[in-house]
Amino acid sequence: MNESLIEFNNITKKFPRVIANNKVSFNINKSSVHALLGENGAGKSTLVKVLYGLLDSDEGHINFNNEILNITSPSDARKKGIGMVFQHFSLFESLTVRDNLILGIDENISYSELRQQLEDISSKYNLPLDLEAPITSLSAGEKQRVEIVRILLQDPQLLIMDEPTSVLTPQEVQTLFKTLNALVKEGRTILYITHKLEEVITLCNEVTIMRNGEVIDSCSTENQTAKSLATKMLGERLDELQTDYTHINDFINFKASKISCSFADPFFTDLKNISFEVKEGEIFGIAGVAGNGQSELMDILIGENCTIDSGEIIFKKTNIESFNPQKRRDLSIAFVPENRLGHSAVPELTLSENILLSQFPNNNFSNHGILNNNFIEDYAKEVINNFNVVTPGSDAKASSLSGGNLQKFVIGREISSNPKLLIISHPTWGIDAGAEYSIRQSLINLAKNGTSIIVLSQDVDELIEITHRMAVIYDGSLSESFITKEIDITKLGLLMGGKND
Amino acid sequence: MTNLFPSIVSRPQSSNIMNILVPIIAIILTLITGAIIFSLMGFNAFFALHIFFISPISSAYGISELLVKATPLALIAVGLAFCFKNNIYNIGAEGQLTMGAIFGGGIGIYFHDTNSFWLLPLMIIGGAIGGAVWAMIPALLKNKFNTNEILTSLMLVYVALLILDYLVVGPWRDPEGYSFPKTRPFSDSGRMPLLFEGLRIHIGLIITLILVFISWFVFAKTIFGFQLKVSGFSPIAARYAGFNQKILIYIAFGICGAFAGIAGLAEVSGPIGLLYRDISPNYGFTAIIVAFLGRLHPLGIIFASLIIALTYLGAEDAQLFMQIPAAVGFLFQGLVLFYLLGADFLVKYKLEFKKSK
Repeated sequence: MNESLIEFNNITKKFPRVIANNKVSFNINKSSVHALLGENGAGKSTLVKVLYGLLDSDEGHINFNNEILNITSPSDARKKGIGMVFQHFSLFESLTVRDNLILGIDENISYSELRQQLEDISSKYNLPLDLEAPITSLSAGEKQRVEIVRILLQDPQLLIMDEPTSVLTPQEVQTLFKTLNALVKEGRTILYITHKLEEVITLCNEVTIMRNGEVIDSCSTENQTAKSLATKMLGERLDELQTDYTHINDFINFKASKISCSFADPFFTDLKNISFEVKEGEIFGIAGVAGNGQSELMDILIGENCTIDSGEIIFKKTNIESFNPQKRRDLSIAFVPENRLGHSAVPELTLSENILLSQFPNNNFSNHGILNNNFIEDYAKEVINNFNVVTPGSDAKASSLSGGNLQKFVIGREISSNPKLLIISHPTWGIDAGAEYSIRQSLINLAKNGTSIIVLSQDVDELIEITHRMAVIYDGSLSESFITKEIDITKLGLLMGGKND
Repeated sequence: MTNLFPSIVSRPQSSNIMNILVPIIAIILTLITGAIIFSLMGFNAFFALHIFFISPISSAYGISELLVKATPLALIAVGLAFCFKNNIYNIGAEGQLTMGAIFGGGIGIYFHDTNSFWLLPLMIIGGAIGGAVWAMIPALLKNKFNTNEILTSLMLVYVALLILDYLVVGPWRDPEGYSFPKTRPFSDSGRMPLLFEGLRIHIGLIITLILVFISWFVFAKTIFGFQLKVSGFSPIAARYAGFNQKILIYIAFGICGAFAGIAGLAEVSGPIGLLYRDISPNYGFTAIIVAFLGRLHPLGIIFASLIIALTYLGAEDAQLFMQIPAAVGFLFQGLVLFYLLGADFLVKYKLEFKKSK
């Protein structure tokens, strides 16, 4: 009964400097959910891109239904019956759901035919859609639904899902799992890419674990636990992080009171009356699904946007509302925005040069405007050593680093200044578990030394792991805050979904 | 079966040696292409290349002429590098040069019967201010109204040329000049001192070298140079770092304008000695090629300015001795640029003829 739909045979793909896939071989059974588990940089995405026709492998071949799969583009892949839902949605934000669906279909199709097919799919898999709604007005879960329906319209045998739950609320995850299970029941196969261990256990039948471009193991998920999978994925055991409340001081280090800011651009979320306080040594988390005002709030906290409509931002009794980022750094406030390439680091510059992007009063990087290159160099080397940044040296370009390593470098740069307040957005977004662990640990250590930290993140698990208190942002409003260790996950999920009662 | 069209694959590491050799390779290829073109035109290729590239600089006078032409090119190109590094496309250096010549030259005309040591420095300062003021206009428009500096700076070139035109035929015309459209000559102390007796090369060369060196220092060693670079690569990162980008735009335009203005003043108070209509053979535009040939690096710009200056001289000699149009100089400028960009590309990428399955 275990008939294979896909057989990977010795797939090898080399990139300059790295072998992304090294002789990857495993099979995917028909009518199963097959997990592809691995850290970032393990080679999952490359393998899937080869399967979907986006990349050409250097060696090896793929069998699909016992025939050699010979495709050169995603549209070939779709014709063969392979569909893919990307982690970052490929939808036109300003168009309606219907237009997006039509654009995704390779053949010509009439509106009435489309409507008929949609109704079938919607009722069969419980995927309701409002055809006339513009994509911008949809939540992440709804956008994903559009993507799934778009793929299902082509009746695929294999559905590739790339980290589908990363932007969903816990409730939306449940709905997604139901849909996926229904798809498998009627004989479709799902290749489920993830680095979340619990999802593998609850949803998937088989799992293939990759590390450094190679297959470590391919087995049934029965008899596997989150811990056993983690060990295979990481190759080493990790201790659990401990948060500790005892060092928190009652002194209020940072206070945002009643910040409101409206934007003319409809793609921005207006902020409404946001208030919160952070004590010395406390890690304060702001949870929420992306697009609920986090980036707008982050701009205001960094000082890249100094034009709020009303409200006050107080740091140690100074009103810093009108201070630009450099003035805030002078008060020993450090920032790590969400985007590494082009925001917190310049890809075209070397690591040493990137050090200079954020100068703190205790840095001595320059003397009367003239650079102190030795000092900068030493600082860069120190960050690279202390934060285990994997790179050939401080003269390597930032663009040559993997996402996780660059993030370690950026966070290391900010933490090394010993800030009194650190404001950080999505500290471990798109980063492998090893780097994730070390980044979280360094944030906890920093807080122990008395630094206040504000973390904005979509990753609820992360916030629960490291924060002391947290609140939820939804549609530009911030909920009241909760002590993290007493938090009720159901309530948190409801708040993230906008249900506050 | 091999694919007809190669795929472009980026090289993991571009070779440092090749990076240095690129300009030399480009020049050799330019010479070969030039030889082929001259042969097709019925000339002896070696004779033609000799006329074009060797004979112009085979005398002290020739080398002096080369430096006379290279000096304004290098100075303007280094100024442009301040803008280009910051991703500001100021292409109006010709106008800034003209304004510098008008401001500085105006001082020279006003003091035409004064002979004092302070006159030339005053004229140089006037030239710098004139160029900088003219460059402030596109900077101001860009900062206040977000206008495209490419258009505004270019249009202002023609405004500046018309102002010069008006001045030399109107209020500033030499009363003893038999109605020729030119001004009074500057007094001797308003002229750039010559470096060697009998040659036209003047102290502007020294001023240029000093300014080029200072620019190198600013680019490589100062926070300001770093700010220009970051703001050019990624305005969002510059905002994150807290750099004031509007001020950076004013300063970059200001420096570029000042350098072009000094170059313009050096032209009129150097070889020319007065103001008239055609003070510059498009130095302000040619300097854009020089800046990019030199990779916006001060040292590279010095070499590039010599090469481009040679194409000016070669074209003059070719016209004289071979009766071919001076436009052939532009052909060589284009060839150098073409091969340089091509070689540059091949250092970063390689072509792969892949067997299709």
